[in-house]
Amino acid sequence: MFGFILRRLAVAIPTLLLLIIFSFLLMHAAPGGPFTQERALPPQVLANLEAKYGLDDPLWRKIVDYVWGIVRHFDFGPSFVYPDRTVNQIIAAGFPITLTYGLLSFILAVVVGVTLGAAAAIRQNTWLDYLAVGVSIGAQVLPNFVMAPILVLVFTLILGWLPGGGWSFQNPDYWIMPVIALGTSYMASIARITRSSMLEVLSSNHIRTAKAKGLPARKIIMRHALKPALLPVISYLGPAFVSMITGSVVIDMYFSTGGIGKSFVDSALNRDYAVMMGVTILVGALTILFSLVVDILYAWIDPKIRY
Amino acid sequence: MTMIEHNKIEGMAARMAAEEVKGRSPWADARKRFFKNKAAMVALFVLLLVIAFAAFGNLFATWTYDSIDFSVMGSAATQGAPSIANGHYFGTDDLGRDLFARTIQGTRISLMVGIVGASVAVIVGTLYGATSGYIGGRTDAIMMRTVDILLSIPYMFVLILLLVIFGRSLSMLFLGIGLISWLEMSRIVRGQTLTLKNREFIEAARATGVPTWKIIIRHIVPNLLGVVAVYATLLVPLMILTESFISFLGLGVQEPLTSWGALISEGSGTMRYGTIWQLAFPLGFFVVTLFAFFFIGDGLRDALDPRDR
Amino acid sequence: MTRFLMTTALALSFAAPVAAATVAEGDVLDDTQEYRFWMLDALKSADPHKNTSKDGSQIVRQLFEGLMTEDGNGAMQPGVASEYTVSDDKTVYTFTLRPDAKWSNGDPVTANDFVYSWRRLADPATASEYAWFIELMNVANATEVVKGEQPPEALGVKAIDDHTFEVTLKSPTPHFEKTLAFPSTYPVNQKVVEEFGTDWTTPENIVSNGAFVMQGHNVGVDITMVPNPEYWDRDSVILDKVTAVTVPDANIGLTRYQAGELDRVQPPSGQFPRLLKEFPDEAVARPYACTYAYLLNLTDTGNPAVQDQKIRRALALAVDRDVLVGQVLQAGQQPAYGWTNEAIEGFTMPELDMAKMTQADRLAEAKAIMEEAGYSASNPLKLDLMYNTSEEHRKIAIVVQQMWKQIGVDLVLNNLEWKVYSDRMNSQQYEVVRSGWCADYNEASTFLDYFRSTGYNVGKYNSEAFDAVMDASKTSDDPAVEYAEAERILAADVPYVPLYQYTKVDLIKPYVKGLPEHNVMDAWYAKDIYITEH
Repeated sequence: MFGFILRRLAVAIPTLLLLIIFSFLLMHAAPGGPFTQERALPPQVLANLEAKYGLDDPLWRKIVDYVWGIVRHFDFGPSFVYPDRTVNQIIAAGFPITLTYGLLSFILAVVVGVTLGAAAAIRQNTWLDYLAVGVSIGAQVLPNFVMAPILVLVFTLILGWLPGGGWSFQNPDYWIMPVIALGTSYMASIARITRSSMLEVLSSNHIRTAKAKGLPARKIIMRHALKPALLPVISYLGPAFVSMITGSVVIDMYFSTGGIGKSFVDSALNRDYAVMMGVTILVGALTILFSLVVDILYAWIDPKIRY
Repeated sequence: MTMIEHNKIEGMAARMAAEEVKGRSPWADARKRFFKNKAAMVALFVLLLVIAFAAFGNLFATWTYDSIDFSVMGSAATQGAPSIANGHYFGTDDLGRDLFARTIQGTRISLMVGIVGASVAVIVGTLYGATSGYIGGRTDAIMMRTVDILLSIPYMFVLILLLVIFGRSLSMLFLGIGLISWLEMSRIVRGQTLTLKNREFIEAARATGVPTWKIIIRHIVPNLLGVVAVYATLLVPLMILTESFISFLGLGVQEPLTSWGALISEGSGTMRYGTIWQLAFPLGFFVVTLFAFFFIGDGLRDALDPRDR
Repeated sequence: MTRFLMTTALALSFAAPVAAATVAEGDVLDDTQEYRFWMLDALKSADPHKNTSKDGSQIVRQLFEGLMTEDGNGAMQPGVASEYTVSDDKTVYTFTLRPDAKWSNGDPVTANDFVYSWRRLADPATASEYAWFIELMNVANATEVVKGEQPPEALGVKAIDDHTFEVTLKSPTPHFEKTLAFPSTYPVNQKVVEEFGTDWTTPENIVSNGAFVMQGHNVGVDITMVPNPEYWDRDSVILDKVTAVTVPDANIGLTRYQAGELDRVQPPSGQFPRLLKEFPDEAVARPYACTYAYLLNLTDTGNPAVQDQKIRRALALAVDRDVLVGQVLQAGQQPAYGWTNEAIEGFTMPELDMAKMTQADRLAEAKAIMEEAGYSASNPLKLDLMYNTSEEHRKIAIVVQQMWKQIGVDLVLNNLEWKVYSDRMNSQQYEVVRSGWCADYNEASTFLDYFRSTGYNVGKYNSEAFDAVMDASKTSDDPAVEYAEAERILAADVPYVPLYQYTKVDLIKPYVKGLPEHNVMDAWYAKDIYITEH
């Protein structure tokens, strides 16, 4: 097991490096640069800016410098669009926010999703099942850019219960709408996956045996069915967890949370190369990390799996 | 973001590959089972209605999707409401364009993006997965490692950049949306190919000197069709959802063309301003169609899955 | 974005300092003196020399103070400088700084601070995007310093003593006075900038000399500012708190305004008439010194058909601007037939023939021209229109597309994101492009210089007659005559299709007082604002 983890981590480094090079090339292929604007900058001003940020270097040099900066000082470079701040500062400011609402959404999605899915499977073909299936598909297909403004309309303007946006680590009132808007569609996916895998497990031989032995239903489900039924949920949760804690542009836009979900899309559109690379690397590293975590969890839950 | 229960499809794929040994075609049985599934039949009927709406709706439209009703322009909230009298059955948008015609137009584009995008994903995913699984060895290892790396790239990043680098066009949208979702598909196909490749009929083909690519195309791929069909059906709503997000970012199809995503994001912006029909009609079609695809996909899978036999 | 100041007249010296916020008679102050305004995006920089956005200027103007500030009409008021003199040849300006001007850490604001700051703006090492502003001010050696040909010390600025600041210009520059309240010219504190580097603008580190200091900054969420106790005119500052709230979606902004979370917001596109009806006390539309136009690419990379002046005229004729401003924009915008914004001081648009015609006549003439040139519905002239992503640009493009369809033009809409759009526009890879111009300062040359063969002029319009008239205006006793002639030449050559003149629309809570009502550059100062009882 330990050797497996080491091996995986060793592969992660070249993977990340490839990711950096690929993203770098793709990014620099996009027309326009960080200082392109409707009213073009005079050439001497542009030249000063490019010299300052090393944008006039050849591409290979830029990649090498960039990677070297990360390796030496863990320095992801300066932002071109936010000249007062470095990428490290931007991520340090935004990531805790997305992490907070992402984690809460994750907990909400898992708890509600698994409960709903399991309940639907146990009561298959009852009104509860139909309701759960209907709600979960509905929640998946309702775009969150429709849901978010409706939430603000209802909870802020009509009811006046919650602030219409902004962020505070001290005041949970600010967290509620982002968590609901982000968590709902994941909750729905989790419910669907739980339901279908639970159904499969419930019809399997060892559950039939347990039933035949006359074990109480609650015990069968908690002891024997839930654990194997959660395996597919876990493999879904790996990537879902990463995309939840790295936020969403829709959430950051409609609730002004200041998270990095918006930085990502903004930096792509602004050609803020370093910020975009920083966020890409963050998401990539987390993705690799959590796919490893999923594999470890798998081995823990299902003793048949050996690495 | 995934909507597809990969575990179920993998289970089904494994069972179907095993089934092949018995040399039975699952298709006739499957058709029977599918027709017995009420939810799937209703969904199929609804989907056909939506397709008919997209194909023939224009026969009933009195306006084209791009023409402006100058008498309504700028006062959509008071004069643009749905009305039989002035021919705007679904009302107008705030520029006075007929929403009925635009919904038809949007339905066409969205269905097309969904279907073409899913096809690109399925074709690339199937060929890639089948090749990787069939050839095996080092090639397989490299090809699958590549998939792992690609899976760690934030896909919105790729899509945004593609649309930026190559400009916004319908074909780029098809390609871009399709190209980011073949990865999971290729993994499932590879798994099934691994099971298939040691079957007698494949070995027989190999022994008679049939070239590799021919074996993949002629013998492996046809045996994957069940999985591919189910996967494709479930990919379509995913593609449509992705397109709607792209439209929300303002990188979707060019005006005056439109899509459900573009119409919905416009409608959700103006929903408070007395033109709720701008949101209601496109969102209605969107939700109903996506529901239909989900139920059809589920129905297909249940029908094709040999588990219960 | 380029949004610059305008001024009316400027006296050479000022009699007495003007009290900042003046409470109008009958107004009762509220107990809570907080003003919360909307920003579309996160603040990019609070550094006056690195700020590039209009939103950023709104913050910088509260935190810092330049040599001059403006009153409610945009007229120049004394700021850090209490008075100044101009040499006889109009190239040397000597400013007397008020001795009680202080930084928020208690240090006095000295002439050396201005010397350091203006050099910093021009210094290639700073790499300010607005370094060109010091060139526009025409300070001696500005261009050479920006190009790196001369050291920053060569810039024409000098501290005679702690409270006397001297600026030497390259040549007499009438608009120089009008640039002195622009945020790029504000001083920064050398000690703090050098100590903290790029981190000097965080709330913990920042030292500023304006009426307010930064108290908190949650990036992308909000910025809070409180009165600066060291400010020389602290006694007339009434607000206790100014908050800038970032809301990246205009519709949500409106919702939050209505929920009472914001005091000022810009209404979403197209909603102004409805809001005006619903909230007549809150919806405001004011002229704004910008002109919106479709520019035509006159180079080889453009469409060959638009080389023909007649076709260009037909395109300009066929647009029904009354429909655009009355039914699409609906916020008090004015139809434009010329280039210069008519709210610009001292400018009168000459009578242009196109402006006098009825729309029916215009359309008839346009149709005749196009028919003669062989274009029709069955054989349309295919043109490509490029515009950047925005609700308003989209709507206008769609409507113009329909208007041009009537004269046999098939306009293909090409919506590009900002960077690609800018890149292609500046490299002449377009046929027709949505663009416009905003005043850098309040004088007609800021618009008309655009179309000189050496101007920004992305369509590469090139007219010797036009250049000659503009050259003449620089030494003219009454440049208004040359400006009128220049507009006539543009109207005859039609290198662009003018569409409309901007307005600035806002929803402002009725209890907010002291916002400028006649500043066509939309510059406001929180030290003038107060909140009445509500």
